[in-house]
Amino acid sequence: MIPELGQFSLILAFCLCVILATLPLLGASRNNLLWMSLARPLSAGIFVFLAISIGILAYSFAVNDFSVQFVANHSNLLLPTRYKLTAVWGGHEGSFLLWTFMLSGWMLAVSVYSMSMPIDFVARVLSVLGILCCTYILYMLATSNPFDRVVPLAPADGVELNSFLQDFAFILHPPALYMGYVGFSVVFAFAVAALLSGRLDAAWARWCRPWANAAWAILTMGIALGSWWAYYELGWGGWWGWDPVENPPLITWLLGTALIHSLAVTEKRGVFKSWNVMLAILAFGGSLLGTFIARSGLLTSVHAFATDPARGIFILAIFALAIGGSLLLFALRAPLLKSEFGFGLLSREIFLLGNNMILVVASASVLLGTLFPIVYQALTGGLISIGPPYFNVIFVPLMALLVLLLGVGPICRWKKTSTGYLVAQLSRVALASVVLGVLLPLVILLEFSFAATIATSLAVWISLTMMKDLANKTANKPTRLQGLKSLSLGYYGMQTAHLGVAVMLIGASMSSAFDSEKSVLLSSGQSIDLGEYVFVFDGTTRIEGPNYIGDEASIQVLKNGEFERILNPQSRIYITSGSPSTEMAIDAGFLRDLFITLGEAKEGGAWSMTIYIKPFMRWVWLGSIFMALGGIIATRDKRYRRLRRRQEELLAEDLRANLQPAL
Amino acid sequence: MSRLKLFVPVIGFFALALLLWRGLYLNTRELPSVLIDKPLPQFEIETVLGSQLVTNQDLPDKIFLLNVWGSYCLPCLVEHPTLMRLSEAGEIPVVGVNYRDRQKLAIDWLDVNGNPFSFSLLDEDGRLGIDLGVYGAPETFLIDRNGVIRYRHVSVLDENIWREIFEPAIAELRAEQVGL
Repeated sequence: MIPELGQFSLILAFCLCVILATLPLLGASRNNLLWMSLARPLSAGIFVFLAISIGILAYSFAVNDFSVQFVANHSNLLLPTRYKLTAVWGGHEGSFLLWTFMLSGWMLAVSVYSMSMPIDFVARVLSVLGILCCTYILYMLATSNPFDRVVPLAPADGVELNSFLQDFAFILHPPALYMGYVGFSVVFAFAVAALLSGRLDAAWARWCRPWANAAWAILTMGIALGSWWAYYELGWGGWWGWDPVENPPLITWLLGTALIHSLAVTEKRGVFKSWNVMLAILAFGGSLLGTFIARSGLLTSVHAFATDPARGIFILAIFALAIGGSLLLFALRAPLLKSEFGFGLLSREIFLLGNNMILVVASASVLLGTLFPIVYQALTGGLISIGPPYFNVIFVPLMALLVLLLGVGPICRWKKTSTGYLVAQLSRVALASVVLGVLLPLVILLEFSFAATIATSLAVWISLTMMKDLANKTANKPTRLQGLKSLSLGYYGMQTAHLGVAVMLIGASMSSAFDSEKSVLLSSGQSIDLGEYVFVFDGTTRIEGPNYIGDEASIQVLKNGEFERILNPQSRIYITSGSPSTEMAIDAGFLRDLFITLGEAKEGGAWSMTIYIKPFMRWVWLGSIFMALGGIIATRDKRYRRLRRRQEELLAEDLRANLQPAL
Repeated sequence: MSRLKLFVPVIGFFALALLLWRGLYLNTRELPSVLIDKPLPQFEIETVLGSQLVTNQDLPDKIFLLNVWGSYCLPCLVEHPTLMRLSEAGEIPVVGVNYRDRQKLAIDWLDVNGNPFSFSLLDEDGRLGIDLGVYGAPETFLIDRNGVIRYRHVSVLDENIWREIFEPAIAELRAEQVGL
């Protein structure tokens, strides 16, 4: 009975969505204030019913209701409660419900934080989101209902949740990733609303920016969590694998990065208007493409959900409707959105244009690499696979170029900058970056690597140009502190995120240039040297978890002969499914990670194990945290709030003016 | 003219959508392997049941199947009767790769279910699996008499797959090698 309530609630949400998808949109075009004002309460209603729905699914997991097919397939009696609850997104149906619930959350947020915008615009935005929500719920009800029952006989126990998913990071990664992904549908809705209303100006960019920043920041965290999870759970010592399902979030992220930069240009200078709309559509397209690839079984991947062609067709239809439709709308309406201002050949606009070009090319090449196997198979019937080498060859140089521009852009002035000014500002900084880039890796790691030198130079370049810019911007104030106080949160957000790029650059390049690994077979009491560390194997003990059994090794780590700590990697067998799993032991440090995976027991009590040392590994995620933080700081900028007050007055006038014809 | 340019993204998008739609009906489970038409990687490895090491020299010198399996792998039980029939009828030798498993569990599994393999390479740490580009059990490789990988099948090898894919492929290989 309870699960049926969940389904009923889903159907009610669908009904509200149908109204939201139509009436406010019609109201906006006919200037009917009543219909437009329905958008906000309807969004709240949809949120409530989807919350009930997902709550009931979680409840079904909590009480082990194995008569629900989805619960029986993803949970069992032995599963710890926290994983029972997160098993809600452990499979296709439930994760799609989470996805839709996230969308309704964003809709609610838009309806609450949109008081500064004209009602017709809000109505259009929410209506477009309503259309999306409507198709998602329809998709669930038609092909992937999480509340389907097992009839007539419910199993006494369910099957094992994939052991990879029984992990802390899995509690966070999918919700964060989905929230970021879905956040781009808000930006998309803004773009479509702009096309529909023909209103695309600096004010539009200002309304749009906090949403784009927020979605981008959350997506950054979602991707970073995923890579962290892969790093410590999958046990192959890597953090990014260019997997077909990993790539679309990256495409979305790259396009989203381009978008937040081009929105800045539009807000400040009124140019790149229709380009924003294009980017918003494409970034959202990337997120739908990701959904399609993960859920249709189009490409084989570690992330693949169950494969059923009907599901693929349905998502493809949503994809074609949303993206094809909006691109068509763009083609018809974009000529109305002309930019009026020009800019010089050497100006901040140009550098941001360069940023956009590089990011778009990068995302296009990732897309190409992801889909090329299908193109090839469709054209020739042959089979190929595209591996990391392709992606690294294309992606790494593009990012290096981007970082080079990143240093100049903020120093450069809007509209027009003289070459002499740039040279004066940057020549010493450039020299210092190269010198430090060569010296730092040598001093810290006592090794030379070309890649590390380039990466360090670029990271120093980012940091020094940033300091130079800060120095310039605070120079005119009586004290530096006053100068720092006078800078906007938007500026600080930008610099924080840029610093994140530098930090991540160091992490990514050092951990791949200087990592060392060794696979060994050790008996109790034996030891192995790697770098400046000695690892002593002290044997294993049997362990018993709630739903697994296994062995835990005890390994002493000695650095330069002195005891540092003990690491305990595990090898587990999950009882219900019998599937083996290894739990890495990681000693995470600011300058290096030690990482041990326990393999198999051999005859005579020897164990195979692999030991990795990865310098600066943490910096990859530290950098992501800085980037995300930068995005969030920028959304808190005062000018969005100031604007709100001014707009409220305008809104009041607007309402009075609007009410007249209605009366 | 410039207005027409605006329709380029629309057309590009629908080309992409068409491709994705076509892709849904392509059999991407038939995974490519970079090793197709390449010799099997060199190995020197223990077997599940024996104690001495085997190398490439110990492989059959005729066309054979290399089947990746594990005691934890439920789909392997599904294809198991087919493999049993093939090896018992002497239709084709089957060599196993016991992938990321434990020797004791593997021995028990063969005891309980029957052993279709001439021998099974013991790949506990998945090293050979990595060299072969294995995604997971079950997978089956078709190897010609020169030890060259000619075909890779991912997922269950049942009677249908055997009839529709493997039999023609083997007939082709035989014809080719008679021709030489």
